[in-house]
Amino acid sequence: MLNVLIQMFSYPFLLRAMIVGVLVSLCASLLGVSLVLKRYSMIGDGLSHVGFGALAVATAVHAAPLAVAIPVVVAAAFLLLRLSESSKVKGDAAIALISTGALAIGVMAISFSTGANMDVYNYMFGSILAMSQGDVRLSIALSAVVLVLYMLFYPKIFAVTFDETFSLATGVRVGWYNVLIALLTALTIVLGMRLMGSLLISSLVIFPALTSMRVFQSFRCVVISSACLSIVCFLIGLLLSYAWSTPAGASVVCANIAAYLLFWAFSLVRQRLRRKPMENA
Amino acid sequence: MALITCENVSLSYESVPVLSGLSFCVNPGDYLCIVGENGSGKSTLVKALLSLKHIAGGSIRFGDGLRKNEIGYLPQQTGAQQDFPASVQEVVQSGCINQIGLRPFYPAAQRLRVQQNLKRLGLWDLRKRSFRQLSGGQQQRVLLARALCATSKLLLLDEPAAGLDPKITQEMYAFVRGLNQEGITIIMVSHDIQSVLADASHILHLQHRPLFFGKTEEYVKSDAAKRFLGGAFHA
Ligand SMILES: Nc1ncnc2c1ncn2[C@@H]1O[C@H](COP(=O)(O)OP(=O)(O)O)[C@@H](O)[C@H]1O
Ligand SMILES: [Mg+2]
Repeated sequence: MLNVLIQMFSYPFLLRAMIVGVLVSLCASLLGVSLVLKRYSMIGDGLSHVGFGALAVATAVHAAPLAVAIPVVVAAAFLLLRLSESSKVKGDAAIALISTGALAIGVMAISFSTGANMDVYNYMFGSILAMSQGDVRLSIALSAVVLVLYMLFYPKIFAVTFDETFSLATGVRVGWYNVLIALLTALTIVLGMRLMGSLLISSLVIFPALTSMRVFQSFRCVVISSACLSIVCFLIGLLLSYAWSTPAGASVVCANIAAYLLFWAFSLVRQRLRRKPMENA
Repeated sequence: MALITCENVSLSYESVPVLSGLSFCVNPGDYLCIVGENGSGKSTLVKALLSLKHIAGGSIRFGDGLRKNEIGYLPQQTGAQQDFPASVQEVVQSGCINQIGLRPFYPAAQRLRVQQNLKRLGLWDLRKRSFRQLSGGQQQRVLLARALCATSKLLLLDEPAAGLDPKITQEMYAFVRGLNQEGITIIMVSHDIQSVLADASHILHLQHRPLFFGKTEEYVKSDAAKRFLGGAFHA
């Protein structure tokens, strides 16, 4: 076991993938708690599709991938936030429209430029080879920003997530915090996308929060548990991917599924145990 | 000086008028009850008072040093979701959000305030419990404690007894009465007017326009009251 680990991290690309992956998982899980609870999960999904389109177009025109993807995805984050805030039913459909549209444009761009299916596959399902030295630096900087902002604004993030109307009434600038959350999500997704794959990255946002909510009853515990769970699942996924030569993204998602089932089973057992003594009494 | 002065206020949703020609004022220590049928614009008025909704005309002024974010608010329906994982303490604490500025934690003064309000509403033993596992009446008490953390001057309650059983409802009204006697100004929306006539000092009766505004003693003699209360109330 230890040998496998030592062997694994003698490959610099694996070490880079691990650093970026752990940091992105951490950011995604923190933001994910708010996104899931505010019913904004669709935004994460939409953003990853827009990110795919942007990456593909950037590759087609030989531009730097992140330089194109970051502004495009950030702009999309504002747009998707506006759409999902509007109470109209059409908002939901518009988000689906944007994500599938971006996906289609991305596929077109790739097939026009190289016609190589390998690129499409890598963008959609991620590649462990994609992380460069620059990505490592960027993800360290980004996760530092996300962590600091998250801790600094923690009471506000709770208030805004729990009850927007009450927060507004007591003078919290709710719109500002929503934009902040969407912005940080956009950056996290762009960064994690090439590693995890654009079809799979949103699971990093959604799974840890949903899993933690199965067992924990307070916001603080859910946040802490999501963060830990997300990192553990990523590491297990990476290990599996190395051991079985499976794609990293899919392996990480499978680890998350396993964790979800585990927490779910635990909550069922706990419910049973709690009910028993009450019936006897 | 009046705490809140409304002059000729009109409110509308996308140019469909809901309320118009509304003038009234609330003085410190008042207990104003807003009554009217469903859809008569009571909640809309409450939202306008909280600056959650733009007013289409007229003016709402705050006096007596009351700042906009010093109003405690108990919404008719919470924006909070039923399955939200939050402890009672976390929810009540979030009422102090307007007092901590940019600090990333709640300072001692606010923690004390939270503790006092938890005890006052009999929630101290429940503080570690999950909000989503409480009964409707308990949840309403938690939200009232949160509102009390946000203010020591003015409390705005939108149908606080909706969906509660009669006994809990009476407890709720008694508690609000106690708060008013302590000097907190109350503005409460209710369609259960019988229960609050004894407590309220003023009544505002709405039907897309004000049918009555004034002291409770005068209200029970007015035409608006006779029609609204029907035969059930004999003054
Ligand atoms: N968000 C909204 N958009 C459009 N119309 C609304 C909205 N909210 C309420 N209304 C309408 O405004 C009127 C007043 O509603 P409301 O203030 O909630 O009444 P109530 O007195 O029962 O609290 C109703 O006719 C309602 O249909
Ligand atoms: Mg109402």
